[in-house]
Amino acid sequence: MINAVGREIPDEILKATGKEPFQGNNYKNGVPFRRQGPIIRPVMENTHNKLVKDIHEALVKCKAHNGMTISFHHHFREGDLIVNMVMEEIHKMGIKNITLAATSLGKAHDPLVPMIEDGTITRIEASGVRGKIGQAISDGKLKGLAIMRSHGGRVRSLVTGETKVDIAFIGAPTSDDYGNLRGIGGKTNCGVLSYSHVDGDCAEYVVAITDCLVPFPNFPAHISMTKVDYVCVVDAIGIPEKIATGAAKPTTDQRKLMMAEYCTQVVVNTPYFKEGFSYQTGVGGASIASTISLTKIMEERGIKMGFGVGGLTKPMCDLLDRGMVRVLMDTQAFDLDAVSNVINPAHHRITAGAYANPFNKGAFVNKLDYVILASLEVDVHFNCNVVVGSDGVITGAQGGHPDTAQGAKCTIVICPLLQGRIPAICSEVTTVTTPGESVDVVVTDYGVAVNPNRHDLLECLQKADCVPLKTIEELRDIAYAIVGEPEPVQFEDRIVGIIEARDGTIMDVVRQVKHYG
Amino acid sequence: MEIKKPAVAGTLESSDCMVTVEPGQGEIELDLDSVVIRQYGKQIRKIIHETLDRLDVNNAKVTVVDKGALDCTIKARVECAVYRSNDIRDNLPWGGVIR
Repeated sequence: MINAVGREIPDEILKATGKEPFQGNNYKNGVPFRRQGPIIRPVMENTHNKLVKDIHEALVKCKAHNGMTISFHHHFREGDLIVNMVMEEIHKMGIKNITLAATSLGKAHDPLVPMIEDGTITRIEASGVRGKIGQAISDGKLKGLAIMRSHGGRVRSLVTGETKVDIAFIGAPTSDDYGNLRGIGGKTNCGVLSYSHVDGDCAEYVVAITDCLVPFPNFPAHISMTKVDYVCVVDAIGIPEKIATGAAKPTTDQRKLMMAEYCTQVVVNTPYFKEGFSYQTGVGGASIASTISLTKIMEERGIKMGFGVGGLTKPMCDLLDRGMVRVLMDTQAFDLDAVSNVINPAHHRITAGAYANPFNKGAFVNKLDYVILASLEVDVHFNCNVVVGSDGVITGAQGGHPDTAQGAKCTIVICPLLQGRIPAICSEVTTVTTPGESVDVVVTDYGVAVNPNRHDLLECLQKADCVPLKTIEELRDIAYAIVGEPEPVQFEDRIVGIIEARDGTIMDVVRQVKHYG
Repeated sequence: MEIKKPAVAGTLESSDCMVTVEPGQGEIELDLDSVVIRQYGKQIRKIIHETLDRLDVNNAKVTVVDKGALDCTIKARVECAVYRSNDIRDNLPWGGVIR
């Protein structure tokens, strides 16, 4: 069946997953559902001890079994030690057929590949995967499906009961002996624990893993003891310097600076740029540069931001410290400045659900005026691909891309026309992750294209005469004239993964890559 | 032209390619490794063969390690490697067989 972004979703996959094809952004708007809750084992005795001596004991007490689903957060990013630590113990115990439902997986988890090959891990649900796991999935080594869903989509999947987590492992920079967890105060800090909040609400067993046990009560708790079954103290939960690096130096790459300037011109010449506007941006060089150049114009015109959301970095925290944004809403700290800025009373922690879950009564992304995003590919239908490389191999993550793109009134995607020889603006993206209906403006180093659905924005930018306007087809043609039209990548028939839309429908499928030759 | 001795041109920097030519065994033997082989493998082979044809090279072992170079770069690196294998450094035929 062809879905709303023109992708063929085979019947076998619809049948196997019980899912519908994607039918447009607001298909499930207002459709009621019952929220699912976990089984809870009450703690009433005042002598109850939640401390376990190691991961093994935690697994035994949580009745770890073949075919279970376990979850993790990715706040420790490339410095994470928790996933591998728990999976090694599971592997040692000979437990098979695991569904690994992490919020995201990265290169830090390359050591899991042999466990995919030997059937310990047979399904993966994540925002995406980088590194060798992505290659392994694309090579067809995972027995079951990989499901890639956005940060908001993951929360939806847990609260609807589509994903039933048997054991959630929550790495916590600090915990007390009763499971009050915080993202700060320890030796391995990540600032916030936003992604795991829903696991605390929905998993049958919740195990906190910390390397810094603090006196009770560890307050104010980011995740409450009322949701935690066991607490396990280990030597190290992460490698601090890989969790949050120092703030990225402002780029000096002229191409990125030019795109940042175009982006800022788009922002300041569209009608949402006024006192109290809201804004989210990512960590790419051009995104950070555009925040910096936007700040200058805000100062000149005396305009302040109402709130910033993210995925936060130093330039956003600087805005807060200088009183140029009223509040920051934080789901993830990308650099050390953002981690330490969490103590600012106007820097608020929000859950991934409050940030982006499409199935609550309104998430923060819905209140965004602007979001600045990146993309591996954008096609002439404005569809974006942020998960699968142009060579067909899974190499990225949805993150909050589809969530913020749908939510924001003006979604700007910054994308250099060419990534090496690969044309980033193309006829058809390899795999759709964010539908073109969510994307309003595409900024490249060769010009700016406005989605034809947004006459209003196009008119503003034409009137302001501030950026070189092109159609998206013109941009594609410029790219192809320089590098040539790429051959379509060859795939096998087997479907190894699905790209899930925010609402749980199927946006696209990912097939096994064909050996080239 | 004859490939008289092994010669190299280019680098392994991104958007460049490294071309090595060596005396062949009666034909063109092309070994291509490219970061964009799935999307541009055919095009790169074509451009290498066309360039060798133009230089009248028909007996060579050619090894190309491509890091996403454009066609113009690949052509230039192949031409350069062939001329180096002949120790020709002056009076190059710009606009003739070198394009």
